[in-house]
Parts: sequence; C-alpha cells; structure tokens
Amino acid sequence: MDLSWMAWTKPTATFFIIILFLLVTMTIWELKSPGGAPRKGILQFESTRGDRLFISLLGSAFIHIIWLAFFSLSLWWALVLAGIYAICVFLWV
Amino acid sequence: MIEKKANQKAWFMVLPVFLVVAFSAIIPLMTVVNYSVQDTFGNNQFFWVGMDWFRDLLHSERFHDAFLRQVIFSAIILTIEIPLGIAIALAMPRKGWGVPVCLITMALPLLIPWNVVGTIWQIFGRVDIGLLGHTLTALGIDYNYTQDSVAAWITIIIMDVWHWTSLVVLLCYAGLCSIPDAYYQAAKIDGASRIAVFRYIQLPKMQRVLLIAVLLRFMDSFMIYTEPFVITGGGPGNSTTFMSIDLVKMAIGQFDLGPAAAMSLIYFLVILLLCWVFFTVMSNIGEESSKGGT
Repeated sequence: MDLSWMAWTKPTATFFIIILFLLVTMTIWELKSPGGAPRKGILQFESTRGDRLFISLLGSAFIHIIWLAFFSLSLWWALVLAGIYAICVFLWV
Repeated sequence: MIEKKANQKAWFMVLPVFLVVAFSAIIPLMTVVNYSVQDTFGNNQFFWVGMDWFRDLLHSERFHDAFLRQVIFSAIILTIEIPLGIAIALAMPRKGWGVPVCLITMALPLLIPWNVVGTIWQIFGRVDIGLLGHTLTALGIDYNYTQDSVAAWITIIIMDVWHWTSLVVLLCYAGLCSIPDAYYQAAKIDGASRIAVFRYIQLPKMQRVLLIAVLLRFMDSFMIYTEPFVITGGGPGNSTTFMSIDLVKMAIGQFDLGPAAAMSLIYFLVILLLCWVFFTVMSNIGEESSKGGT
C-alpha cells in the first residue's frame, strides 16, 4: 500500500501511535474496571475516564498553541506542562 | 443480583460506521496533521519545517483578523437567531390549517442550496437591478455591499438569519409540541402569568432542542463559507473574509498547503473546544433543572 500521498513523518507517526496507545490503554482499563468511574470533580460536572482523557488531550493542544503564540522557549516545556495538566485532570476533574 | 453477561456482538454492527468515518474523517485529518509540519513545492515532495507554520500563523495579523471576524459573526448570529427562533416558535399556531402552512413556509429556506441562497441575496442586494439595493438607494439610503463593509456585513447577517432561523424555529416548535397539556392546565389553575409559563414550563422543556439548535447554529456559522463567498467573495477589501474563506484562499488560491493545514488544525481545535464547552454547560444546566423539577 502506497502511503506517500499522506506525507508521513516520524514525529507525526509517533504522535498518532501515542494516541492509539492511549486509546488501547483506556480500553484495557475499561475492561479491568468497567463503568468509566464517573464522578463530579472540581469543575462541578460529571466526568468519566474517557471525558478526562478528552479534556487532557484538548487542553494539551491548547497549551501547546498558547506556548507557541507567547513563548519562544522550546516546545518540550509545553509538553511537560501538558503532562502535569493531564495528571491534574485525571486526579481532580 | 444476577450478573448479566456483556454482549460484544454490537461491535460488529459499529464496524461499518467506523470504517466509513476512518476513510472520510480520520485518515484525511491525519494527512492534514502531516502536511502542517512540512512544506511542499508540489510533485509530492515534502520538507520538514517543524512547528514553523503554527508559529507564523499565530503571529500573523491576517489570521487574527479572520479569527476575530469569525467570532464576532457567530456571536451576532446566535444573539439574533436563537431568541428570534424561540419567539417565532411561540407565535406559531398549535392546531388547525395554520400548522402545515407555517411549517412549510418555515422549511422553505432550508431546502434551498447554499450557493443559490448566496446568489439570490447577491442579486437581491445589487444597487442596479436588485429589489433591495435599488429600493434602498431610491429611498436615499446609501447602501452598496460591494463598496461598504458595514453594508456587506449587514447583508450577510440578514441573509443568514433568513436562511437559518427556520431551523431554530422548527426545533423549538418540536420542543413546544412535546409539552403535555397538563402542564398548561396546572399553570392556569395556579394563575401563572404568560412570562411565568414561558420561564418555568416552556423554556425548561425546550432545553434539549435549544442545545441542539445552539450547537448547530454555532458550528454552521463558525464554518460559513459558501454564502459570503458568493455574495462578497470576502470583500470589500478583507472585511468579510471569514476563517473558511481565508483558509480556502491560502490552500487553493496560493497553494500554501502547510500553512493552510496548520490553520485548519487550529480552526478545528477551536470548534471542538467551543462545542464541548457549549455541550457540557448546557447539558449540565439541563440535568440540574430536571433534578430540581422532580
């Protein structure tokens, strides 16, 4: 199968493999403890594990965009910040 | 308690949808992500540029302006269409021959293809032959949407209100029709005013459909392309160049695939975020009010 039209690069392939890995992990987690562990967090709305992953990913995307817009430091710092943000989301949202 | 065994057969039913979505959305989106970090001069040759397109775009005035125009446009559209839609739905008859007449009249604008709507308003507003443009000019009002950006904005907003308020009306009307008579009878016994009936019976019962209406109108207005493209082509100057028009200019006009891909991704993320916020907030209000009501 010729995938050259999709113009794959190693970094973008790694990015999508990580997303896929996260989805597989969530599926395994769901099979181990079904129900999605719904709870009402600090944002005052009910969220399940999947919601928390979505909020983490979407928030991380915006952290990176804001970093690019306002800071000239390396983007790896934004990744670290996004990681901390995701942990916070999974703990408290 | 009897443990019910989970049936996993349903996954096979979902499989065709998953395949269709994969081919029509996921794979193209992946390609856009790949394009956004590369530069191309055609001939399927790509060069890695990293985050440069995103950085350029986030610092470009052209993008800021288009984004701001888009946000203002969507805000105006929602502020006009949602209350107007609710008002018209409340005023529509509930029984008799008026129902089909109103419903069909309301549905008519929705049946017209978007580029035709654009053409209708393009001609309607023209100063030389258009009914609206010619009449306004004859009345001494200075109206020319090809030269005046305020006139262009007003034309596009009125066109969108004309085209899409019906959708809000039909959704709200469906919500209103689903309210059982018992609620109104109870309100009558309690001597509730017209405003109280609207505030405590009709509005809460329309919550779900209003959520859909707000989401649909927001997404559509935020992605509007065809009508302004036909009416003004983004002009005069750049005054009606909304995000999608700017995106198409960049991707197809200038063939800058990399920057256009970066812009699409930011555009997509903004829509995703706003829709998620709307959905979460509105469905939360719904849950709380239904808990409070029962």
